[in-house]
Amino acid sequence: MQIYLPIAEMSVNVFVILAMGGGVGFLSGLFGVGGGFLMTPLLIFMGVPPAVAVGTEANQIVASSVSGVLAHMRRGNVDLKMGVVLTVGGFAGSGLGVWLFSILRGLGQVELVISLSYVLFLGVIGGLMLWESLPGVMRKRTGAGPATPQARGAGRHTWIHGLPFKMRFHKSKLYISAILPLAVGFLVGILAAIMGVGGGFIMVPAMIYLLGMPTQVVIGTSLFQIIFVTANTTFLQATINQTVDAILAILLLVGGVIGAQIGARFAVKLKGEQLRSLLALIVLGVAIRLAFDLVITPGELFSVAAEVK
Amino acid sequence: MMVRYFQPVLASIALLAMTTATSAQEAPLVADVSENLVAITTGFTGKEVLLFGATDGPGDIAIIVKGPSRDVTIRKKDRFGPIWINSDSATFRDVPSFYRIASSRPLEEFAPPNLLSRFQIGTGNIRLETVEGSGLAPEAVPEFRQALLRLKTGQQLYDENLGSVNITSNRLFRTRILFPANVPTGTYIVEVYLFRNGTVAAAEIVPFNISKIGFGADVYDFAHDLGAIYGLLAIALAVGAGWAASAAFRRT
Repeated sequence: MQIYLPIAEMSVNVFVILAMGGGVGFLSGLFGVGGGFLMTPLLIFMGVPPAVAVGTEANQIVASSVSGVLAHMRRGNVDLKMGVVLTVGGFAGSGLGVWLFSILRGLGQVELVISLSYVLFLGVIGGLMLWESLPGVMRKRTGAGPATPQARGAGRHTWIHGLPFKMRFHKSKLYISAILPLAVGFLVGILAAIMGVGGGFIMVPAMIYLLGMPTQVVIGTSLFQIIFVTANTTFLQATINQTVDAILAILLLVGGVIGAQIGARFAVKLKGEQLRSLLALIVLGVAIRLAFDLVITPGELFSVAAEVK
Repeated sequence: MMVRYFQPVLASIALLAMTTATSAQEAPLVADVSENLVAITTGFTGKEVLLFGATDGPGDIAIIVKGPSRDVTIRKKDRFGPIWINSDSATFRDVPSFYRIASSRPLEEFAPPNLLSRFQIGTGNIRLETVEGSGLAPEAVPEFRQALLRLKTGQQLYDENLGSVNITSNRLFRTRILFPANVPTGTYIVEVYLFRNGTVAAAEIVPFNISKIGFGADVYDFAHDLGAIYGLLAIALAVGAGWAASAAFRRT
């Protein structure tokens, strides 16, 4: 069954889109990640204009994050105060990101910047995850003590603790400068707007290692702030670039919601380190595929530029 | 510059005037399309339109279907260290967004090259002029021009269906034009030329529209006219869907 997407201006098979939403939803349920980093490149491979893929994916992530954060809130795993501070930074960052996006679109370099950001971030994060999931590294790390994140963050006294505007975050058991979460939120917000992702895969490690937050509140708090940052990105992309395809977003999230539930059930059957190394391989696979496309001699050197109004 | 730009339009109008003047006695050429409005609905996957007409005697027919004109920028990738990035670009003025040529025989068998070029008959004769100040060396322009034609043909937006016009009893002619799913919207013009003895004996212009209709069209208009409200609504929809999903799966 074909359906015409009004903003992407192309005809797609409904079942292909539902299956893509379901597949990525399955992986996000399995690994507890947003899945934007998989969906946006998939949409672009399918022929959806990159600008529409990024704007629409932001809209879909709003839905999946709301669904996720509600589950974490019931368990009391969201640090609202930290979430709000991160969101303030994220708003500014995503605003700058959307503005950068429209400038890059005018210059004809938006595809390049999207691809390069993906290759860089997915490559680094996938590589680190794979390294950590290696059996030898695992043993060494557990030998060093289970409280590694806290030891690297809150316990250590560095220049970070000398920054002004200190705030107390009860739920995270932290007393740190507000500048730190603001900066983290800001940087992730820029990337979220340009890459069409929620940014959880950067936010989560940043919260653990940079801010020193306890692991159990990290996912819920990250999801909480992703809702607002992707909502802001959706709003700005819709008003500045008119690149949010609500029809495509609805189809994706219907598949995504169902896939995520099935994935979450499968996750119980797999071991933690198996999950981590599997996710690392998928992340690296996407990075290598995109890097390959940048390096090989293209079959067609010329392209029609997207219309800039 | 202006005169050159309007030349084909003026020529067409002159021909049209010529046609209408004679039509009072005996129209040498009449033409029409099977639909005056091609609607792009939610289920749109492309549409075939019948073009037909009659002549007052033997001759060859060339039919051109042109979509609304827009400026088009073509970019070329160059190697920059290990990666390929867009570098040079050329912007062409008033490029038809859609172009089909259908004819009763291969063009060169009934029309001299100067006429084909003057009336822009055949994809090779589409006038593609660069916008001044693009900073591209003039000798590089043909490469970009060929790339534009190649890319548009690849997207099924430009095509040549030579020999696809059927003529019955030297009087009635018809052909089918397929509009693919990615067809641009706007006002289209069908130009029908009747060739006799290597000259244009008559010409006719039939306009028609391709536009988005129904739900998809409403979404598009809404997104472009009221972007802020559309954005807020898209967010509200997503929040609602996320909440509903969470509520639905909590019970199970």
